[in-house]
Amino acid sequence: MCMAILKKVEQTMMALNGDEAVAWAVKQSNVDVVSAYPITPQTIIVERISEFVNNGEMDAEFIHVESEHSALSAAWGAALAGARAFTATAANGLALMWEILYITASTRTPVVMAVVNRALSAPINIHNDHSDTMGARDSGWIQIYSEDAQEAYDNTIMAFRIAEESLFPVMVTLDGFTISHTLQNVSVLPDDVVSEFVGVRRIPRIKLPRIHGDKEIPLMLNPKYPITFGPLDLYDYYFEHKVQQNEAMKETFPIIERVHREFGEISGRSYDPVFMVPYRTEDADVVILGLSSTMSVVRKIVDDLRSEGKKVGAIRLRVFRPFPADHLRKELSEFHAVGVLDRCISFGGEGGPLFTEVRSALYGLPSRPIVHDYIYGLGGRDLPHSLIRKIYEELLSARAEPEVPVVRYVGVRE
Amino acid sequence: MSSQLLGWRDLPIGAVAFLSSKEYPTGEWAVFQPKIDEKKCIKCGLCWMYCPDGAYRWDGESVPVPDLDHCKGCGICEVECPTKAIQMVRV
Repeated sequence: MCMAILKKVEQTMMALNGDEAVAWAVKQSNVDVVSAYPITPQTIIVERISEFVNNGEMDAEFIHVESEHSALSAAWGAALAGARAFTATAANGLALMWEILYITASTRTPVVMAVVNRALSAPINIHNDHSDTMGARDSGWIQIYSEDAQEAYDNTIMAFRIAEESLFPVMVTLDGFTISHTLQNVSVLPDDVVSEFVGVRRIPRIKLPRIHGDKEIPLMLNPKYPITFGPLDLYDYYFEHKVQQNEAMKETFPIIERVHREFGEISGRSYDPVFMVPYRTEDADVVILGLSSTMSVVRKIVDDLRSEGKKVGAIRLRVFRPFPADHLRKELSEFHAVGVLDRCISFGGEGGPLFTEVRSALYGLPSRPIVHDYIYGLGGRDLPHSLIRKIYEELLSARAEPEVPVVRYVGVRE
Repeated sequence: MSSQLLGWRDLPIGAVAFLSSKEYPTGEWAVFQPKIDEKKCIKCGLCWMYCPDGAYRWDGESVPVPDLDHCKGCGICEVECPTKAIQMVRV
């Protein structure tokens, strides 16, 4: 959900599905290199981009590769050489990129990738859940979850700025089919406005005195000032590198906020608050907290229950990495109960990935809500209105924080 | 951990190498290292050319000299030497 607060520039209303919306954002964002391999439900993104490039509408190098491992490798290499690089994938494709996910992030390379969330095999399933990107949560990428096609478009444009200013790669996610293949009216900004917003990629400069003396050199592959990225690093330095990476990720919050604010100024679409979007939470006793497209349905149920006098609200988390734990503690501490929607399963874990992190963030608070986990929607299973109501009813009647976390499967046959 | 090593705040970002490879004495890894018989050497430079670590010093005329601080002892030079002037000797 993005509120249109004011219309600063003339925008074109286009009927686009989520994939096409991402492709349009990439087309307008001065991208130099796109490397990609097709995989449902992402394929439309790179199909459209290849058409734009072929038709001369987009001045970029389109690299056809033989696998996702190569798709991200090529994007990483291009970005190291100074290019603005983009790729896209889903599910098993993301799994095949695993090695390069970590390498891209730890070399602080600002690649942007759209991930159209899809269930992982086996059995093969092309529909939506969040197992793919949740599995990649520890790889060092910023993760922004989109609720609809408009947000997928906006997030993709912002992702280039966020990535290049923070020097972290960014995953923009959109729900498979629910967003990727569903037509929606999308406000598309003029080319020149987006182009000016993303600008030209600036390369940061660093000092390597033992190699290049006092000179500040560009942090990129440049034969004039040779740099080796990611060479051997054993027990003497690896730990320091990882801590540095983790601490740097915490510094991305203000960057993400600033880019959203500036985007609001040009588009009239304000994402405020950036990290978690509350809905009718002011006097709510219980809330459901979740990600992406499901939350638009949850809001509908909030309205229904509110008209029946029940004090319920909803909170949509937009950014999962970095995890906005401080925002969450501030936002959630006063509620009686919080139901966390996890569209992902963590085998052998004590609940889904969103739940464990939310519950852990709240644990140290002197007063904290009861937190239940609701695992739902795996492999594209619908979450009907009736079940969302049931979750709210359960939360409203929850009595005390259980000693053992309550994890429930919603909408599965016994 | 030795205090001479940099802490995480002082490392350059991006996991980039911050020392020249010359400062890493990888020759310590070697089990075997080359010994050159100067009488047999015809100064062709093949050892210098094939060395995967660039650990041979050669002026183009004299007998090439292996830099034992960086030779990891792979033995490629021994195999490639056309006159069998190089022998890998246990360190």
